[in-house]
Formats: sequence, structure tokens, C-alpha cells
Amino acid sequence: MPYQIVVCGGLAPDPLQTLEPVPGPTAPALKNEMMLPGVLDPWASHALYEAANLAKKHPGSSIKLVSLAPKAKLQQVLMTIAQKVPFELVALDGANNGFSDANETGKALGEAIAKLGLPLENLLVFGGYESATRGAGVVMQIVAERLGIADVFLAVDEIAVEAAGSFTVKERVEGGKHMVSRCAAPPAVLAWATGSLPEPPNHPQTGMANMRVIMPSLQKAAPTAVPTGIAFTSASLPKLVRETRIVKDTPAAEIAQEIAEWLKQ
Amino acid sequence: MEKILVLVHTIEGGSIPRAALETLAGAQSLGGEIAVGVFGEGAGSSIGSLAVEGEAFSQPRYATDAAACEALIRASGAAIVLAPHTSRMARALPGAATRVGGVVDTHIVGLSVESGALTVSRWFYRQRIEGTLSRAARPWVLLVEPGSFEAVEAAPAGVVTKLDVAAVSKTQFVGFQSPETGEQTIRPDAETLFVAGAGWTKKQKDGQTHTPEAAELILGFVRAAKSSLGSSKSLVDMGSEGEPVLPFLTHLHQIGQTGSTPRHKKGLATCCHGEEPHVVGWRFIRERRAVNLDANCGWARGKADVLYVADAFEVMRELNKLIS
Repeated sequence: MPYQIVVCGGLAPDPLQTLEPVPGPTAPALKNEMMLPGVLDPWASHALYEAANLAKKHPGSSIKLVSLAPKAKLQQVLMTIAQKVPFELVALDGANNGFSDANETGKALGEAIAKLGLPLENLLVFGGYESATRGAGVVMQIVAERLGIADVFLAVDEIAVEAAGSFTVKERVEGGKHMVSRCAAPPAVLAWATGSLPEPPNHPQTGMANMRVIMPSLQKAAPTAVPTGIAFTSASLPKLVRETRIVKDTPAAEIAQEIAEWLKQ
Repeated sequence: MEKILVLVHTIEGGSIPRAALETLAGAQSLGGEIAVGVFGEGAGSSIGSLAVEGEAFSQPRYATDAAACEALIRASGAAIVLAPHTSRMARALPGAATRVGGVVDTHIVGLSVESGALTVSRWFYRQRIEGTLSRAARPWVLLVEPGSFEAVEAAPAGVVTKLDVAAVSKTQFVGFQSPETGEQTIRPDAETLFVAGAGWTKKQKDGQTHTPEAAELILGFVRAAKSSLGSSKSLVDMGSEGEPVLPFLTHLHQIGQTGSTPRHKKGLATCCHGEEPHVVGWRFIRERRAVNLDANCGWARGKADVLYVADAFEVMRELNKLIS
């Protein structure tokens, strides 16, 4: 069965960047936020790679990446992502960072997907199970509610489609275990953890083909205001910095003894 | 203080997860009227005055869990809903909050009342920025991070109102699976987190890699110390990219920006550079030590209490002798 796969994915600052909160008009922001190099949110990236893998196995499937982000920044990030896997872009041009309201973001994405008018019988909505910014883990469920989808899986690591069209999903749960569920048929929402696929290598031809449809889509990106219902009292960096004792030129046996005693305390 | 509903689910055998009793403690710290709603297997004889039970609700899955949560929130009439941040609640409760016209916030680590209004604290950007916030919208649903409060005792409710909830799902729960390797990853009850970094698979002093010995030393420690086993993203990714690495490490072991943020009293990092994306996953590890050959690694810059600049192979050989 060919699938219509919609992947929700926002942007996050490059993980190696130093982040510092600064006051903003309605909510905190990051210092030099627009200058920070961005990446497609890590879990959303995994969702996109898993979507591409599934689409490859089911000819006729298509992937739409729905992203709510500042248009200029999204364009920069897509120059890289577009070389990884084939997809169409549905861009929503709006400010969206770690201090934005996940509830409102979920509604905006849900509306945008609903407007696509995709048939539900072969619809799979993918996304990251949390973002690296808000880390709320609620957007995909809110999207599901807007679309009327009652099968939602959170922190997914694997989907295995069976011949009859049903599929088995593995979700991460407590204690380093997977919970296994079987869903009879789409539609479903799958919020991905890391999955099991490596990052695909860059493929310039895919990039060129993608960019032909991505650029017009970016130009048409609808300005999307994301209201916030959050009143922030504070946002600050953690104050605790440890005074690291550095132990050098010490025999391994002595170090082991010290560690063993520490473990026993 | 507004009325609070503490919403919990049962686990196998009808018992209550510890995180639920911690959340109840958090609710009690706020004062005011508290109702407890329970759903799942044996919910009717649990700690809640409101319950949803039945075969359909004993399975952890979105459709039935969200329906149960929605019914319990509506029946309680509470403005504030507190629930433990378990995987089951994290899956279902945001949907239920949407259905009742409320808002939801997750990973809550602190609750306080200021001028009669509830304020909560949580982390942003994967434990890199701490914030406190409040909301005017109600019902306000809050998922409280395990370990944020000391658990309290709770007795079965005297009078239980069982709600009649209709819900169907095309999803069936099949079961739980441990990682295929049979090795435990994060043990919530373990005292120590042991992290293996990419250095274990690099060439050693003799110019050769010693991956089998690395595996033996790591597993030897984890089994003897009964610790959680974690890893850095770089080591896990090497495995998925087909490079010869430690076969028992999967993405489930990954700690940090794109992995887990476990809560253990102690953490020992080995052959790991302590880069920021990894160390954000150590936010709730209280005592941290690292063994690394690089005296200028990230651990040395205020991220560990003690950095041993030494060969991890040699140290772990000796350490395993001492603790086995």
C-alpha cells in the first residue's frame, strides 16, 4: 500500500552552540538567536529518515515535510536536508523556539496538515517525539486530535508493516524496554525517538530535485503567528559549575581503588 | 489554591507506579482540595475516588487511555491536573488536555504557589536552560518528572465512583521487549550510571583496537556494579554506520541531547570527551567522575567532580577486580 507520509519537523540550534537566554517582549529568547546555526530538529530528522525508508519500500508513497520556522533560517537548513531524502515542503513562516507554546504549535501544524486535504486511509503522520528546543512531547498528540486520528505512538523506534496493511510499532518505555503494539491500519501518528537508521549520505541529485519544489514552497510560506499562553517568571542558565579535581600521573590501581571506594559510599 | 486532580494509571497487577506517589506528594505540597483519579487494571480498588477500569483500559494505548483521562478530568471538575511523567501518561494526556479545551506542560520538576497562583519549573533546550512559568488557561495539565518529589503513602479510597467510558481502538498491545542483546540499558533503580564513550573502540597504545576486551570490561563492570549502561551518540552511531563497535550498544543506551536524561546518584564516564550535547543528559546525575586520556576534555571544564587522566582499559581492569 502506498502511504501519504507527513513529517512534522522544526528547527533547533546546532547542539554545539552555547545558548544564553535573554528577555524578549512576550517570552524569553536566545541571545543572537537568528545568528545561531540551526539544524532540523534531531528527532524530526530521524522521523524524516524513517519516512524515506518506508516510502522506498512502498512504491507510490509520498513525503511532505511540514515545518513551522522562520523562512530564512529554514531555507539554510534545507540546503543540507534536501540532499538526504526526497520530499515536498509545506512551510509555515513563523517564529518558533524553545520558549514558544507547544500547545499552539501543535494547533498550527494540525491546521496546516488538515488543509492539505489528504485522505486518511493511507495517512501516516510522523514527527519527533520531543523537540530539542521545548522538549515538550505534546505536539504530535495535538496534531492527532486536530486530524481526528486516534492511534498515536510516542517515542517510536521501529515500524514493521505487515502484508495485510497492519503494522507493528515499538515504542520506548521505562526501564530501557520497548512496548510492542499492533495497529490494524492507518491513519496513525508516530512520534519518533531515534529509530534505527543512520543519517543518509548527501545525494546532490536528490538535493537538486527537492530544491526545485522547495524554493517555490518557501516563497509561498504562509506567515503563521504562534500565540503564547505562557507567562514566564524566569529563564536562566543552571548555576552549578563543578570544581573539577584532575587526577594525573597516578597508577591505574590507585585510581581504581579510589573509584571503588566512591562507588561503595 | 484551585482544585487539583492527581491523575494516575495502574501498572501490571493493579499497583501504582512510584512516580504517581511522588506526584501526589507534589500536589499535597500545594495545599487545597485534591481528588485522585485512576485508570487501568484494578483501578476501582486503587487509591482514587474516581476510577476508569475494564479490559479495554488495562492496555496501554492512546485511544483508550486518552478517553479515560478525558472522562476523569471532566468528572473531577479540577482546574489543575497533575500526573506522573510516565511513558503511558506522556502519550495520552496531551490529547486528553486538548479534548477538554485545556493546555498541557510536561517534564515539570518544581511546583510552587505564589500569590495564590501556581508556578511551575521545567527545563528548556534539553536541560540547558531552566525556566519558571505560569498559565491562565484551565484546565492546566502538568506531567511531573519522576524523582522531583519524595513519594508519599496512599491508602485505597473509601468511596470510589467508577466512570462508564466507551472507547475503542484499532491498536492492540502485544507486550514488552527488552533490547535484543539482553543487556539492560537504563535501570531506574540503579545507583550508578556507567557511560562508555567512543574511545573504547579507538586504536590503543599498541596501535591496535581492542574492541572485544572493551566489551568484556564494560559488561564486567555493569554486571558487577549493577549499574545502568549508557553511551555517547558517537559510539552508537558508529554501530549503525556499519563500523566494528560494541555490539550490545544501541540507540536505547544513548545519553544526551538526542538520548535519555537518567536520574542516578552517581555517574562514571569512560573514554568519553564530555561534549555539551552528551553532558546535557547528565543534568540529574549528582556525583560525576570521568576517566579519559585528555586532560582538557569537556569533563575537566566544570562538568565532572573528578577527572582521572588515565587509560580506561587499565583502570577498568583493576576496578573490575576490586568490585567483582
